Amino acid sequence: MNAASDVGHHAQRQARWHYGEIAFWLIVLACGFAFPTRYLIMTDILRLALFTMSLDLILGYAGIVSLGHAAFFGVGAYAAGLLALHGIINEPVLALIAAGLAAMVLGFATSFLVIRGVDLTRLMVTLGIALLLEALAERFSNITGGTDGLQGIEMQPIFGQIPFDMFGKAGFFYSLAVLFLLFLFARRVVHSPFGLSLRAIKNNPLRAAAIGIPVNRRLIAIYTLAAFYAGIAGALFTQTTAIASLDVFAFERSADLMLVLVIGGTGYLYGGLIGAVVFRMLQEFFSTITPQYWQFWIGLVLVLIVLIGRQRLHRWVLYVPNLVIKQIAGRKAVVAVPESDA
Amino acid sequence: MTIVLETQNLEKQFGGLRVTRDLSLKIEQGARHALIGPNGAGKTTVINQLTGVLKPNSGRILLEGHDITDLPVHKRVLRGLSRTFQINQLYPDLTPLETIGLAVSERLGHGGDWWRRMGTRNDVNGEIADLLTRFHLLDVMNEQTVTLPYGKQRLLEIAVAIAAKPRVLLLDEPAAGVPESERHDILAVVAALPRDVTVLLIEHDMDLVFSFADRISVLVSGALLTEGPPEQVARDPQVKAVYLGEEAVNV
Repeated sequence: MNAASDVGHHAQRQARWHYGEIAFWLIVLACGFAFPTRYLIMTDILRLALFTMSLDLILGYAGIVSLGHAAFFGVGAYAAGLLALHGIINEPVLALIAAGLAAMVLGFATSFLVIRGVDLTRLMVTLGIALLLEALAERFSNITGGTDGLQGIEMQPIFGQIPFDMFGKAGFFYSLAVLFLLFLFARRVVHSPFGLSLRAIKNNPLRAAAIGIPVNRRLIAIYTLAAFYAGIAGALFTQTTAIASLDVFAFERSADLMLVLVIGGTGYLYGGLIGAVVFRMLQEFFSTITPQYWQFWIGLVLVLIVLIGRQRLHRWVLYVPNLVIKQIAGRKAVVAVPESDA
Repeated sequence: MTIVLETQNLEKQFGGLRVTRDLSLKIEQGARHALIGPNGAGKTTVINQLTGVLKPNSGRILLEGHDITDLPVHKRVLRGLSRTFQINQLYPDLTPLETIGLAVSERLGHGGDWWRRMGTRNDVNGEIADLLTRFHLLDVMNEQTVTLPYGKQRLLEIAVAIAAKPRVLLLDEPAAGVPESERHDILAVVAALPRDVTVLLIEHDMDLVFSFADRISVLVSGALLTEGPPEQVARDPQVKAVYLGEEAVNV
């Protein structure tokens, strides 16, 4: 093998599908058949996973911190609700895309404020934009339904064929399909030169500019794309629950999102998905044993994760699976958890 | 001789402090030009203005006859003006392969490509392999940069600048902080730069300056003190007084 093809081989190393990834998605799909009574919570996890993946794109890859990502979730949620309520676009998939685009427009418009300045400025600006939208939604209650939210949303069948059922089965598989497609797209993007340039910008913006990367343009692009993802997550929320209320913009939603991503790990796309599962399961678990104080335990877990370090946790958790895989696939194969921010 | 990089009456102030004073430099095509001066003379400030990190208060910067004074950093790079940093500015989490691959992709206009995977373009791969070989980085191309020994990081710092295929290369103290054992690699790489690349070297190490440069500009308090071939600058009593002190310089 000559040096150039060797380089090409290594450059594509991370972009290749690992066995662990295929197993991950098969397990998610299997859950849809294994737990027919838990569709609602599982759909909730899928939405959260998509929403967190959106934050991972800007925080994990490009290093843009945000405390107001619910702004895009909320715009997507209300857009989907209004489209369905007034019968503007009845077909759910088209409405979903339209809602995502609405959030994307907002993302593009506000990206110019966000790319300026340092982390603290970005936290404040993103937080401010979400608060602003929440206040606007409350003020224009004739459109948004104010504190009561949008009521009486009736969803039409998907592609005119598959109706949303009361057990949430259609909603689950619909959400899973959307999540998977958007995941594939994001995966493609992060392994492109564009995706790599985002990581370079996060690592060292000074050097990034010094090799010819148009830093601001790249940040605007990824922020806009992430807004689209968050908008889709919000639209899924409205479509699968048939409600949209002011709390889609809530600060807690943005803050929880940060927790989910930190639990799952930033900068490798699966962090959002794993974080969403772990976060919701912890929430369920702790709220059954101590309904009032579950947040205490979540907080404790978070502190432990940060203190112990995620890489060490991964090594412990994956110790047994890796042992098995090494037996099957040879010495070098492991469930790789690339960790760019460890 | 053609002038490839030129500053005209460059002036930069920080508050009341004049850090660049009416500086007019001309750098010839293919030159090995050194910019020297005592600590605080404003050498790095000049580099930062040339590359676009800082905007001068007045004056102009010309690259191959085009006014680039108002161009942002990344556009100057695409026009062929590239630099290394005095303190390594690398991507700690990325590998040398990714770091160089990115620089090559940007230059060839593939940097904004968001669909095609990294490593699927043969022209890019070929250049990466070539640079990794030239800079002795092939064996560590998949290691995270932060884990590399300092000498290797220094080589990568220069390799990244070269990956932009500059017509003018600004080297800001290339050998700074490199242990004696690894110094040879760096100097060899710098000496082997092709003659069609014009080099502006900023350096404290007088041995390196006098062995490498064919022209020297001396900067004192932001202003040009004198300029000329090495022998002439070494003999200049003014230069001896302000910069070289009592130290004897052998040319």
